[in-house]
Amino acid sequence: MNRKQNFINGFIKENPVFGLYLGLCSALAISTTIDNAIGMGLCVTLVLIFSNVIISAMRKITPSEIRIPVYIVVIATLVTCAEMLIHAFMPSLFTSLGVFISLIVVNCIILGRAEAFASKNGVVDAALDGLGMGLGYTFSLLLISVVRELLATASLTLSNPFTSDIIFQINLTSLEAYKISLFSSPAGAFLTFAAFSAVFAMIKNKSDAKEKGTK
Amino acid sequence: MTDLFTLAISAILINNIILSKFFGMCPFLGVSRKTSSAIGMGAAVLFVIVGASCITYGLHYLVLVPLGIEYMQLITFILVIASFVQLTEIIIKKFSPVLYKSLGIYLPLITTNCAVLFVAKDNITQGFNISEMLTYSFSVPLGFMLVLYIFSAIRERLDSSKVPASWVGNPIALVVAGLMAIAFTGFAGLV
Repeated sequence: MNRKQNFINGFIKENPVFGLYLGLCSALAISTTIDNAIGMGLCVTLVLIFSNVIISAMRKITPSEIRIPVYIVVIATLVTCAEMLIHAFMPSLFTSLGVFISLIVVNCIILGRAEAFASKNGVVDAALDGLGMGLGYTFSLLLISVVRELLATASLTLSNPFTSDIIFQINLTSLEAYKISLFSSPAGAFLTFAAFSAVFAMIKNKSDAKEKGTK
Repeated sequence: MTDLFTLAISAILINNIILSKFFGMCPFLGVSRKTSSAIGMGAAVLFVIVGASCITYGLHYLVLVPLGIEYMQLITFILVIASFVQLTEIIIKKFSPVLYKSLGIYLPLITTNCAVLFVAKDNITQGFNISEMLTYSFSVPLGFMLVLYIFSAIRERLDSSKVPASWVGNPIALVVAGLMAIAFTGFAGLV
């Protein structure tokens, strides 16, 4: 039960992006298309699971004075691996994500989870936490990118990152004349993000009020 | 010389690191509540970016390239940045306790500021020579400081205004950032 709750927490209440404001740089910059959002989200999820597992496995032999440098080296190594794999197998994703893949190293979510969760819990729990947080991150990226891509181009396209074939495409031709190109620019990212975080804050306020009411 | 000037102007105003590339969002939201702490953070970032860029630039061309191990770039750079931040903290603490008091709490935060790693990497990927590298790593944090200062000034006013309950705090601040980003696109024709 507790594990399940840990896992679900990552989506709504402790959503890393909208709730805790972690990993904002990549969340805002990458979320122009759903392709990028899914690619980046899964990449972060994988790195997060592996870094949580490794750090949790080493938690007893890591001296606490130098734990942060140790975490950083583990994370940097994993990110370098991820970067090389993406470069080799998904070249189109590599070009569209660009420098943001290597900037996963300084993504606060990963270091934050290492420090707050993986360094205190067992390997299985750490892996589950990584999965939950990573999927929560992917979910938030997806939310932002769906809104932005729809408003900016009046269509949604999802393609296979390995072959760049199109998997599905929705074209809203009737709305073609009303698309707002602002939403593909940075300003659109800020505005979309602000709206979503306000919605999440509203949900949180409501559920907090309910909990107070029952107690 | 004009090239360097163009580079500086475009790094400060047009391709501003926060408003067009989103680097350094965490301190941007975290320490922008007061104008005084915004200046402190800006100065600390300026110092760390210039220092770390010089070291990583030298390290890349004098060690990594001759040995053919450019793939170690990420690991070396992040370690250099982390230890440079620590070193700066120790030195400032030792020699200028007053400065340490005003900057101290912001220094450890800079390690996870993506702007530092981005500038270090960008110096290499764009193939800058030394004077371009210096100009670039000086003007990017200047742009950061400028936007951080303006933003914190607006936020001080926001504190005393009535905001709908669910927009209080970060959501309304992000709307402000969005409007600033629109305003800054006006600089696009400058160069």
